[in-house]
Amino acid sequence: MSKDLRSPFARAVGLGSAREGVAHWWAQRVTAIALLPLTVWFGAALISIAGSDHASIIHWLQSPLSTIGMVLLLIALFHHTALGLQVVIEDYIHSGIKLPLLIAMRLVCYALAVAGIVASLRITLGG
Amino acid sequence: MKEQATTPGSTAQRMRPLSPNIQIYRPQLTSVLSITNRITGVILSVFGIALVVWLTGVAAGAQTYSRLHLLIDSWFGQAVLFAFTFAFFLHLCGGIRHLLWDAGLGFELRTIYASGWTVLAASVALTAITWLASGFPGG
Repeated sequence: MSKDLRSPFARAVGLGSAREGVAHWWAQRVTAIALLPLTVWFGAALISIAGSDHASIIHWLQSPLSTIGMVLLLIALFHHTALGLQVVIEDYIHSGIKLPLLIAMRLVCYALAVAGIVASLRITLGG
Repeated sequence: MKEQATTPGSTAQRMRPLSPNIQIYRPQLTSVLSITNRITGVILSVFGIALVVWLTGVAAGAQTYSRLHLLIDSWFGQAVLFAFTFAFFLHLCGGIRHLLWDAGLGFELRTIYASGWTVLAASVALTAITWLASGFPGG
């Protein structure tokens, strides 16, 4: 008898029991790697503009590099946040609120990312 | 908890013990840092909201921005920001440790403890450097 307990189909697909878990794990790592330079860049920028007035902060955020950095940061940050909070909810919430909470959390993350990107673009375009 | 009769339908309702029974273990550096990475991640989610509020405040104009900074520059705002800074560096350094593990590095027990203490020391040092470099803008 074969030691492999998987069905022939599962063997052919070759994903083990992981299903969508691999994509989640992988996206968490990719966004983490993206956030290493992005958060350090943003943190360093915050230090250098600490205590500045509104005009100089606008001036910094209006440069193309800052805009690209901010939009990338917001996308990576809220993707990473959604993936992380998803695992926390799945691990600790076992009542009927689990699914609504997962959906709400994901939608809030999307909304925050879009709100942040719109604010960043408003600053850049001076609107 | 009283055990219910094991009829086929009732097994799902029984309270089962949770593995790994964390309450019987003495906290160690490894387990404490593991849960710290989670807790700081949740804390930083709140910081994500603060970041969007701040950006929206900057976009709204100088008046809104100065009102926002009354809160940020208050002792309460600065204390929260300081805690966020430490949580950020704990999550950043802990995350780098996780990425190294993902690459298959540093699994010997000695190395795991060495990297754990490094994460703690680096987070304290980086938090101090950040606040010294920014010159405590709130006062």
